[in-house]
Amino acid sequence: MTTLEIAARVDAKGLSCPMPIVKTAQAMKGLASGQLLEVLATDPGSTKDLEAWSKSTGNPLVESSVEGAVFRFVLQKK
Amino acid sequence: MDDPLSIVIFSGSDDRLTAASVFAAGAAALGRPVRILLQYWGLEAFRADRAGRGSGLSEDASEAGAAALTAAIASGQVNWAETFRMSKELGEVEIHACAQSMEILKLQPGDLDPIVDGVEGIAGFLGAAGSGQVLFV
Repeated sequence: MTTLEIAARVDAKGLSCPMPIVKTAQAMKGLASGQLLEVLATDPGSTKDLEAWSKSTGNPLVESSVEGAVFRFVLQKK
Repeated sequence: MDDPLSIVIFSGSDDRLTAASVFAAGAAALGRPVRILLQYWGLEAFRADRAGRGSGLSEDASEAGAAALTAAIASGQVNWAETFRMSKELGEVEIHACAQSMEILKLQPGDLDPIVDGVEGIAGFLGAAGSGQVLFV
């Protein structure tokens, strides 16, 4: 669990590829540089997808964890 | 990563259109420009009077798979037209109709869904694709 303040959340649970990264990209547009976005997903490909999205777009993935069937990511707007 | 992803959509079947829409949305989310050229049955599926419905499933579909996908489409869980629309809102996604297909199928720009940006020739499409990847669906 992070102690940093989350500015926005995306609940992509139950959504299949490519919706977790589509929703992430949409939500990130509304954030200011340095703000944090939390993404929750159940899509089994989402860990690799969020890593690739972070690498391609340059927005750092600061946390990646899994609790049960739910993947949780925290990304920082570059 | 600025290499455009170019997709030729030839098929008008809902499963292939869905697969193409996933590529478009994924590339748009990654910030990659996407250019789509609609040919023949893919072009027909983008007619305004089709309202985003293709012509069933491709011959690749298995019996059980076809039932599952048909149910997902009927329930709205899968909607390729909506996924293309979302891709266009998200990033730089252009959809063009192949000029030759328009002529053969006797279609006018006004016959197409507004999601289609215009008509393009093959040289224009390949020129814009440059050395980027081209997918044929």
